[in-house]
Amino acid sequence: MTQDDDLAEVIGEFLVESGEGLDALDQAFVELEHDPTDAGNLAFVFRTIHSIKGASGFLGFQNLEKVTHSAENLLSQLRDATLLLTPEITTVLLLAVDAVRQMLLNIEQSGADGDADHSELIRSMEALSHRPEVGAESKAPSHKEPSIAPVASEAQDITADSNGEEFSDVDENKSVGELLVQAGRAKPEEVQAALEAQLAGDPRHVGEILVERGALDSSDVVEALNNQRKEAGPTVNNSTIRIDVALIDRLMNLVGELVLARNQVLQFTANQPDSALVETTQRLNLITTELQAGVMKTRMQPIGNVWSKFPRVVRDLSLSVGKKVKLYMEGAETELDKTIIEAVKDPLTHLVRNAIDHGLESPEVRAAAGKPVDGTLSLRAFHEGGHVNIEISDDGSGIDSERIKAKAISSGLISAEQAAKLSERDASALIFLPGLTTATAVTNISGRGVGMDVVKTNIEKIGGVMDIHSVRGVGTTFRIKIPLTLAIIPALIVTTAGNRYLIPQVNLVELVRLEADQALSNIEKIHNAPVVRLRDRLLPLVDLADVLKTPKKSQVSSSLDDDEVEVDPRLKPVNIVVLQADDNQFGLIVDEVLDTEEIVVKPMGRQIKNIPAFAGATIMGDGRVALIIDVMGLAQESGVIAQSRDRSAGETHTTTVEEMASTQPMLVLGVGSTSRAAIPLSAVDRLEEFARDIIESTGGKDVVQYRGSILPLAYVSQILNVPSSSDEVDVLEVVVHTSNGASVGIVCDSIVDIIDESINLQATDSRPGVTGVAVIDGRVTDVLDVDFIADSVRLSGPSRSKSYAAVAS
Amino acid sequence: MSIPTQSQYCTFYVADHLFGVGVSEIQEVIRYQDVTHVPLAAHSVEGLINLRGQIVTAIDLRRQLALPERSDDSLPLNVVVRTEDGPVSLLVDEIGDVVDIDESTWEATPPTVGGRIGDLVQGVYKLQNELLLVLATDRAVDVGASAGI
Repeated sequence: MTQDDDLAEVIGEFLVESGEGLDALDQAFVELEHDPTDAGNLAFVFRTIHSIKGASGFLGFQNLEKVTHSAENLLSQLRDATLLLTPEITTVLLLAVDAVRQMLLNIEQSGADGDADHSELIRSMEALSHRPEVGAESKAPSHKEPSIAPVASEAQDITADSNGEEFSDVDENKSVGELLVQAGRAKPEEVQAALEAQLAGDPRHVGEILVERGALDSSDVVEALNNQRKEAGPTVNNSTIRIDVALIDRLMNLVGELVLARNQVLQFTANQPDSALVETTQRLNLITTELQAGVMKTRMQPIGNVWSKFPRVVRDLSLSVGKKVKLYMEGAETELDKTIIEAVKDPLTHLVRNAIDHGLESPEVRAAAGKPVDGTLSLRAFHEGGHVNIEISDDGSGIDSERIKAKAISSGLISAEQAAKLSERDASALIFLPGLTTATAVTNISGRGVGMDVVKTNIEKIGGVMDIHSVRGVGTTFRIKIPLTLAIIPALIVTTAGNRYLIPQVNLVELVRLEADQALSNIEKIHNAPVVRLRDRLLPLVDLADVLKTPKKSQVSSSLDDDEVEVDPRLKPVNIVVLQADDNQFGLIVDEVLDTEEIVVKPMGRQIKNIPAFAGATIMGDGRVALIIDVMGLAQESGVIAQSRDRSAGETHTTTVEEMASTQPMLVLGVGSTSRAAIPLSAVDRLEEFARDIIESTGGKDVVQYRGSILPLAYVSQILNVPSSSDEVDVLEVVVHTSNGASVGIVCDSIVDIIDESINLQATDSRPGVTGVAVIDGRVTDVLDVDFIADSVRLSGPSRSKSYAAVAS
Repeated sequence: MSIPTQSQYCTFYVADHLFGVGVSEIQEVIRYQDVTHVPLAAHSVEGLINLRGQIVTAIDLRRQLALPERSDDSLPLNVVVRTEDGPVSLLVDEIGDVVDIDESTWEATPPTVGGRIGDLVQGVYKLQNELLLVLATDRAVDVGASAGI
């Protein structure tokens, strides 16, 4: 019984150690491909395989032993430089690593290494190790030279960074030699000669050979050996222990409970006169905070733990799709909670695969586009404001928004009208829709249409947000923002209808408080949807009480009717919590904003789990339960997210973050009874009024005499093809525009206003004379292409399409 | 419906009906707790209570059984039952005793008992003075089915 337990423990340790070793191997192999002669890496790989072989033999895992034995043979030749690492060998060795990993998994699950047939793998390893050996034997001396020479010449360096890696018996010999050389007891040539003797078959240690040859005293060897032990001495291993994750999870839960209890105690003692009690509570508070930080730290792992497998993934994938990829990683030391690390593993892998499969182009295409043949894939992680940002960028072809739109339309995900209104950025975001794939052909890597939506959902599940930025021909960047930990999160306490709710800080953008009079003037409505102007942007408003369908505490005479938002501000100030959901921001109207608190998210029973507006619940300082709002769910519930996808272009863009970079003052013109047009103010020279009877005609064009020259007239109503209301009036409103010395009078029905706001210009189906459409001053407005208009009515001279381009840019 | 294998029942009253749940299914019985209401939840979900640091859903049995609402001046009690999903509290009017039952007094719910009670009651024990309605806890804590009622 105890023997069995002991054995199980030994096997357990063997599995953990081997597993860790294997994870590091992938990385080592990929590095070796860049530098096949890296002795340190080769030695490391050899040692890892060697120790697995040794243990598997001891524990009686024969299959495992066979595979590792062949791999070891191959590796020993690589290490001795009788064989040079080729991609072919790397592939076979990686296959062997995979086989070993599979067998370790079998051992973990069933206690046996499985009966999978690895004979072919073993044969290919043997073939590789035999083939060059024949060649190596014929010119053995010249081959051995490089393997030994560095030992002596680089002795200093190797010893200097010796960090306990020199464990295996073979390395030990080398090190003794190095140490002897370093100590000046032996000459490099002597050590080299001894090593050569060893290679020639001398079974003894270097030290023995040297002593026997009279090169040095046995006391020197003993000293060197002692030094060697010292150098290998205190390693990292001695200062760390392995802990079962379940135990840490349990500690974390307890700390969570402690934090809640602490919150309660703090609240109880806040009004106590007993200073000793208050003091003790403060101590409890500090200790709890430190304990919480400490326990959380034990769960923190560098994101590099996940990234470390990417070099292998990238290598395998890029080989199989015939692309060349350089992988850059920055911020691998950024730490995250273990559960979050686990949760982002798959989404990140998916993004990396995607980037290689359809982000980066083939070398030929890249060369043709004038890009470096090697594609670049970079991973970046960094902390920012209590969150971790992860960026995955490639310098590939970017996302073809037209193709995406076409795909989305043909898959019935959006209508053609919707597609036409989407901005480049929104079109890119279509890839997050379920059932959409960008790959023209389904490959074995990606393109089955299950992908980005799942990635996004998984990121959102852990309270993260994800967005995409793509520029055609330049590349694509995915940005993921995730919380550091799931266990204890900072949250904002708000109240509505007398109940408290918690909003996770990760979704919080800002808090806005409008005093009663401000609220009255700043909150407007677009067809029953309240909006507020916040720094020149329209922010859609959602009343928390409405979404949750809870009656208002201070019910005014009327019930929950449409005028509610307008009734409320009259009575009291309005508190708006600005939240980020997806690409959209929206304002949540709450009764009060109280405080922030560290909360522990607790799961809710299945009776309540399916309410999308809530992410969970927690216990507050007073011992009562409060609900945690799921901002994504709330946004969907209230239509903020769905609406923006369906809404007309203008409204979408007043709500999205992305806006036209420049805010350009626009002159807004009235045309006909309903239409509006706009001209950039910079294109306006003067505003004039002309009496109708001074209009003359030349060459079928209307002109007026103006400041000593002839001014051709262009009618906005004709350009926009709407009936003009000015036909009856006697005075024409004219905007004079001059470019390159030629002027044009643009005739409209009325001058409305000059609007200085950032606008989002939507391209239109080519209407001559119209650059695009935008929402200006709350109305859909055609933005005129003044240069085109000037060209169309100009009286003489060559067409100046060039100057148009210059002005437009 | 099979005969329940319990021999001891914890009993309680809901709208003057005597209900029983097998003692092994009961975690504890506690007095009224502050309830946090959950907007948008099913009608019979009264809210969430803090049970020594654990958050537990409280289900109003009157609503769940489609019985008349409790008058405002009486506070319900929590009968916390164990379920596959963790504890769930059933709000009841009054707590009865733990009774030993005689298995021979078991009878299936008469077919004329319809509505929610008919759905949620497994069967009846004929006690000396009254009838003990045995509640099927798995169905009593399932609010999905009753959401529309």
